[in-house]
Amino acid sequence: MTYGLLALVADSSAAMGAQDLFVQGSYLVASILFILGLRSLTRPADARLGMQQAALGMLFAVVGTLLNHEIITYQWIIIGLVIGAAAGYPMAMKIEMTAMPQFIAFSHAFGAIAATLVGIVEYRHAYAPGAEGLTPGLTGGTAAALGFEVLFGALTVTGSFMAFGKLQELITGRPITFRGQNALNLLLMAVAFGCLTMLVLHPETAWAFYAMVGLALFLGVSMVLPIGGGDMPVVVSLLNSYAGLAAAATGFAIGNNVLIIAGALEGAGGFILSMMMSKAMNRSFGNVIFGAFGATPASSAKKVGEARESKTITPEDAALQLAYAGSVVIIPGYGMAVAQAQHVCRELHELIQKQGGDVKYAIHPVAGRMPGHLNVILSEAGIDYGALLTDVDDANRVLNTADIAVIIGANDIVNPDAEDDKGSPLYGMPIFRPWTARTVYVIKRGKGTGFSGVENPLFFKDNTLMLYGDAKGVLGNLIKEIKALDEGH
Amino acid sequence: MTQIFQLYVFILAGFIGFFVISKVPPLLHTPLMSATNAISGISLVGAIVAAGGQYGTVSTILGFMAVICAATNVVAGFLITDRMLAMFGGPKKSATTEGAK
Repeated sequence: MTYGLLALVADSSAAMGAQDLFVQGSYLVASILFILGLRSLTRPADARLGMQQAALGMLFAVVGTLLNHEIITYQWIIIGLVIGAAAGYPMAMKIEMTAMPQFIAFSHAFGAIAATLVGIVEYRHAYAPGAEGLTPGLTGGTAAALGFEVLFGALTVTGSFMAFGKLQELITGRPITFRGQNALNLLLMAVAFGCLTMLVLHPETAWAFYAMVGLALFLGVSMVLPIGGGDMPVVVSLLNSYAGLAAAATGFAIGNNVLIIAGALEGAGGFILSMMMSKAMNRSFGNVIFGAFGATPASSAKKVGEARESKTITPEDAALQLAYAGSVVIIPGYGMAVAQAQHVCRELHELIQKQGGDVKYAIHPVAGRMPGHLNVILSEAGIDYGALLTDVDDANRVLNTADIAVIIGANDIVNPDAEDDKGSPLYGMPIFRPWTARTVYVIKRGKGTGFSGVENPLFFKDNTLMLYGDAKGVLGNLIKEIKALDEGH
Repeated sequence: MTQIFQLYVFILAGFIGFFVISKVPPLLHTPLMSATNAISGISLVGAIVAAGGQYGTVSTILGFMAVICAATNVVAGFLITDRMLAMFGGPKKSATTEGAK
């Protein structure tokens, strides 16, 4: 029984009392409900019920754990659960959908703190003098599991807090870089793995264990610092994966299958999402992590010099066109969320519908600050998810026959350089092709470039018309004009 | 043997996760992330044993802190997932847009 607090799994079944059977049964039920819960997410209409069942699974696992015979006192458990619930409830109920990425980052940090602390308790316990009168010690395998647990855990703690700070704009969203940064990170990583090896060979070397915790905490900071705000979808997904791996390692260390299963599920989920996000940006995974994008818009600066002028349109004219359009596709970017323009956008949408036009939204996989971010923002504003086109090819097909494409606070995801200019850092990224619509309106704060710092030739196309101003204000004006038109009849 | 057995569980669960999650539509990627985040709050199970077992004062304090953090993660994670999924729930939503027509 040296390998864990919950060393129940795979003990000889003869030693398993009814209580242990119940505990294991609760874990099995929880694991099944977790998998079914995630499966329900493949069908939007069933998703809510499925995840409620997964929450029930969690309750089973907690109740089952409370019956564990190793638990002597309940007071700290109960106080802790109450504080946690009291803190979590208002957070979850009040948070704005626009702040979802920060919230998830924060939540990752909390889960990772728990995993790291459990790892430390477990390690201390193994070498506590005279604990339970058993010969203390860890096997190499358990030491490795504990090592991975605190490594991924501590990395996720500080990494998530850094991501939180960037998303909340407590720290600059611009990449913070210095010479030799990648070399330093690789060196630290090598040292951390050295400690891990040491720990596996000689599990009793406490300094190696704590040094690893310290190194991982530092690595979390130094790995997220150089990553820009626009790359956050990849980072948040990656932290999701790490948090899962930390939980799974906890499961290995304490011999608990439900932790291994839940951790593996999250690890896989985060991994798939970070791959998808990298692909949607047409960048390799390594490039996102080590590339520090936005910092070097080097080659792209050349084209700015041509001083082309883009055409503008007045809100009156734009409103007239929108009122009589048969089909409108709105392409929102993170700029729309920043301007809090989603609610006025829904109003405009309803007005156009009232005039007989069809409105769809083209949502790019990397629009927003986390995967699928704009979908929840628009849905919260009351827009039917049936109007959201989340596949780039589908959206382009609709754009091809659309009367008007309206771009709100998006830039890189509609940049034709991604298809035409081999020298562009965006080249190869799957993008929307709004210029295939009859007319394109671009609602834009000013004449600046997008997050990547790349000039956008779309703004100079013949059928592109600019509407400069704050997205919320511009949309408000359009609504006012359409209503005025209506009354004029 | 035990750890080989655990590795089986891990790898097979990872495969299930991979196949199930690959099919989640981009529409629900944000709820997916908060859902997996809530589920990985299962570290709570380890935290509970650490806080309630007899491993000395320091371990109890660390375990207690772990329970708070993990419970926050679980409660907030599942609630926010539910809040988001309620927005994508079935026919109610399309009825409101129909009404606006």
